[in-house]
Amino acid sequence: MKPKSIAVVGAAETTQMGKIPDVSVIGLHADAALNALKDAGLKPSDIDGVATAGISPVELAHYMGITPTYADGTSVGGCSFMLHVRHAAAAINEGLCKTVLITHGESGRSRIGGGRFGGSPASLSGQFEAPYGPAGPPTMFTVPVMRYLKARGYTVEDLATVSVIQREWAALNPRASFKDPITVDDVLNSPMIAWPFRMLMCCLVTDGGGAIILTSAERAKDFPQKPVYILGTGESVETPMVSQMEDFTSSKAFRVSGKKAFDEAGITHADVDHLMIYDAFAHLPLYGLEDLGFCKPGEAAGFVRERNTAIGGKLPVNTNGGGLSYMHSGMYGMYAMQESIRQMRGIAPAQVKDAKISISHGVGGMFAASGTVIWTNEA
Amino acid sequence: MDRVLPQPTPETRHFWEGCKVGELRLQRCTDCQHSYFPPRAFCPKCGSRDVAVYTASGKGFLYSYVINHRPRPDMGKEPHSIAVVELSEGPRMMTNIVGCPQTPEALQLDMPVEVTFESFSDDISLPFFQPAKG
Repeated sequence: MKPKSIAVVGAAETTQMGKIPDVSVIGLHADAALNALKDAGLKPSDIDGVATAGISPVELAHYMGITPTYADGTSVGGCSFMLHVRHAAAAINEGLCKTVLITHGESGRSRIGGGRFGGSPASLSGQFEAPYGPAGPPTMFTVPVMRYLKARGYTVEDLATVSVIQREWAALNPRASFKDPITVDDVLNSPMIAWPFRMLMCCLVTDGGGAIILTSAERAKDFPQKPVYILGTGESVETPMVSQMEDFTSSKAFRVSGKKAFDEAGITHADVDHLMIYDAFAHLPLYGLEDLGFCKPGEAAGFVRERNTAIGGKLPVNTNGGGLSYMHSGMYGMYAMQESIRQMRGIAPAQVKDAKISISHGVGGMFAASGTVIWTNEA
Repeated sequence: MDRVLPQPTPETRHFWEGCKVGELRLQRCTDCQHSYFPPRAFCPKCGSRDVAVYTASGKGFLYSYVINHRPRPDMGKEPHSIAVVELSEGPRMMTNIVGCPQTPEALQLDMPVEVTFESFSDDISLPFFQPAKG
């Protein structure tokens, strides 16, 4: 896409965050959508494009009273919303529609009106992974990590350090689920989930949602909020089976998506002021730092340990507290983008001073898919 | 609770039939010689439909794993490994490592392992791996 041709004119999360036992999945989509519409000064009838995952874009359009000329139901896991942004930008530039609403809502904790996790026993994953006892992401997404630690010379303390630093960021965020400080020892003494993963290396399970409204940069000038422009985007997919990922120490989808976004944006790593890396588990920021090219393989753990990603560091990462401490409803990618947008608007609780370029990097499934969006507040 | 079992499809039937008779069957491309897993009717490397089933050595090494401390209801009550082995022929597959303590000390990356089969129904035997003997 052409850099800065598309802008965010509305962005919001659900009114509440955490435990929301009185709202269903589609109700969370709608609450976030109404908040984003208010943020943009728009009504549902002003929207002519819809995109969502988890529910179908048909359900979203009908529930909201929208008659779209563009609908995207790309559903590749938690980074689906990054792909929705990318596709919407292309659609608007191509004239398929003018104003796109992207929503996410998930009752991860309360399980009100949602679907079930798991595939058919005749799928490849159902035949060649499920019989061995994986019980959801904590025992799937973690499978490559022992090999990664050995290949890189990293330790379980390195994983724990990621959790500790993100908790420091969460302490600055009034909406974060967990704000109390933790130490590496706290992480290593928390309950064992699936060796080498302790509970505090795993994300939260909460309820919530978010929505984003995109339009052309030209139209964005007439909206109430300061526009946040899309500078570059990327996406890729690799495998539905974590056991079949090509390289257990590096995500091919991360590398392809990240490079595409950097190439499109025409920036270097030194230009980046703020970074969100989808952190369903503590190893993901380490993979992300390496696969996006911010660190050489083997240097990410030291980079984090030396507090480069922490408060006051040269590359603030996951400044909302991340999936580990802020919130994680199941498909976290929307929240990573909401924080990038807040940072670009200059309204984040842990605002990075003078930040001009932010990246939201997402993962879908267990290293199955990836989406990257690079944002800027400079026209 | 009964073990969660696979449901074979026409493209994977040969693999599960092999497990029933104690053979770990892989496929190899007749054109480019690439060995691959999981089963499918064509080579994922070159796209050729000219592929053949063969019986693998059943030997490999422990590539990566977790030890699940919150077993699924069908997996019993004790912590157990969910592992990936790299086979001597090249492909990797998920499995459980059996025949040794389910501890980080006993489960050393790169240790040699060999296949062993356990029958769960008339149709399905699952391939597990155990530390290689000698």
